[in-house]
Amino acid sequence: MTTETKIVRFDSLKLDCGVTLAPVDVAYESYGELNQDRSNAILIEHAFSGDAHAAGIGPDGKPGWWDNMIGPGKGFDTDKYFVICSNVLSGCRGTTGPSSINPATGCPYGSSFPAVTIGDMVRLQNKLINHLGIKRLLSVSGGSMGGMQALEWAVAYPDQVASAIPIASTARHSAMQIAFHEVGRQAIMADPDWNTGNYYGSRMPARGLSVARMVGHITYMSDDSMREKFGRRQREKNGGPGFDSVDFEVESYLRYRGSQFVDRFDANSYLYITKAMDYYDLSAGYPSLAASIERATCRFLVLSFTSDWLYPSYQSLEIVNALRGRNRDVAYCELTSNYGHDAFLVEVGEQAEMVGGFLARTLKEVARR
Amino acid sequence: MSAAEPRRRPKVHEILGRSDYAIIGEIIDPGSMVLDLGCGEAELLAWLVENKDIRARGVEIDAAKVRVAIARGVSVYQGDLEQSLEGYPDQAFDYVILSQTLQESLRPLKVLREMLRVGKRAIVAFPNFGHWRVRWSHLVSGRAPQTALFPHNWYDSPNVHFLTVDDFESLAGKESWTVEKRIFLRGPHQVGVLPNLLAEVAVYQIRR
Repeated sequence: MTTETKIVRFDSLKLDCGVTLAPVDVAYESYGELNQDRSNAILIEHAFSGDAHAAGIGPDGKPGWWDNMIGPGKGFDTDKYFVICSNVLSGCRGTTGPSSINPATGCPYGSSFPAVTIGDMVRLQNKLINHLGIKRLLSVSGGSMGGMQALEWAVAYPDQVASAIPIASTARHSAMQIAFHEVGRQAIMADPDWNTGNYYGSRMPARGLSVARMVGHITYMSDDSMREKFGRRQREKNGGPGFDSVDFEVESYLRYRGSQFVDRFDANSYLYITKAMDYYDLSAGYPSLAASIERATCRFLVLSFTSDWLYPSYQSLEIVNALRGRNRDVAYCELTSNYGHDAFLVEVGEQAEMVGGFLARTLKEVARR
Repeated sequence: MSAAEPRRRPKVHEILGRSDYAIIGEIIDPGSMVLDLGCGEAELLAWLVENKDIRARGVEIDAAKVRVAIARGVSVYQGDLEQSLEGYPDQAFDYVILSQTLQESLRPLKVLREMLRVGKRAIVAFPNFGHWRVRWSHLVSGRAPQTALFPHNWYDSPNVHFLTVDDFESLAGKESWTVEKRIFLRGPHQVGVLPNLLAEVAVYQIRR
């Protein structure tokens, strides 16, 4: 399955901060066929550093970030469902963000890009869904930040969502999650090449962005998975303790992931998206999470992983218990995995089984109404 | 239970292979909202969804069973049944089912009261420790009873509370529960007389 990213342009988008962004581009991909009554559409939400290329093989030969879950016969079965994935607002992979040209100045927005929220991201996706002629999504699903967006969809557009599948996610960030993000942001801003966000056309703050990514990758793994993958193994050419060399395998891995990230991600997008995640609180403006989540009327499947210490199961349970307390339709399972937060991208077998069964049941219920 | 009524029983029994499930499958009203505590792989709930068009919820602690249940399309919550009951609002369900688990729960009375708080009706199926084989085993061996129904050694038995049909009747009286249905089973057959002596499994439908 080869795929290509398409772009839709909307005249404007009013943001939570009061600013109106105009125009706004959305990059998206889609897989499978929309059925006659347009009832089989599923919106996939990518995580922090993802993009619209969720499945299939792109023009560059690279598989999508959730290709093991989306495709013919897979968890999100494209023989049955029409699957859409779009790049988030303030991203850097085709959707309007800080690296986009500000039409008022003819230069990239940089730090003049307005602050965005998870709510803004979802509002833009809603425009896309309406543009595609879909009245009601069969499901909205994603891991990590993708799960936050799925939750936001469920409460912001209850009539347009039949089910939501937040995976390894939360209704609001903990102090620890905000703290790790802050370390990443500080690494970027401490890089002189960042230049208060105006680096386009000159040198990227590559060192800062790469360090930020290294920290991120540590939080996505687990002690077990790192011990298994790297242990204390040293590089073959290691000539002893040094600061200009790479001594341990784990260092080599992190540096590699850091430098790879710089090639495909924008430092300002990093800052804007992490802020949006940190500020997200599904219960904001309500006396409790339960009172807030009560707006959602759809079915829920909530999944978490035993070794995920970045988005621990208690955060998923908080969502689940709020839903149970309001007698909403919710299924919950904590999957056993050693892969930490990365598990939602790796542990596909059991996830796919559950997602497949859950979606099939949801489609049946939708068809009955 | 009249002879004409259990039209569905052979089918549910065939699918589920458990006579208490068969009875529960029969007595639940179509279209109702049902919570099954300790639902396992949600065989009963899935059957009820297909055949009685119920809205199903389950609670199960074993992650492997929860996975199968969710893959079946049933909304099951992975958690401890005694603690999880607190999370549901009052009178949220038409029926709350507890099948073959009461004797394993640490605080059975608390569980039963909670079932009647979150549900309009509770359906409880439990093995009858008053069955004559249990009594006989205990009497002749002088040791913790072991029968086909209770095959465990005392040290690895999941059962922590041993109750009989008469015990349950007496508790229902004390708690002023209304017993709406009582069905006694020996294998797949119903027991008409001397249930405390002859029933292997008892199924009660109660309400406050």
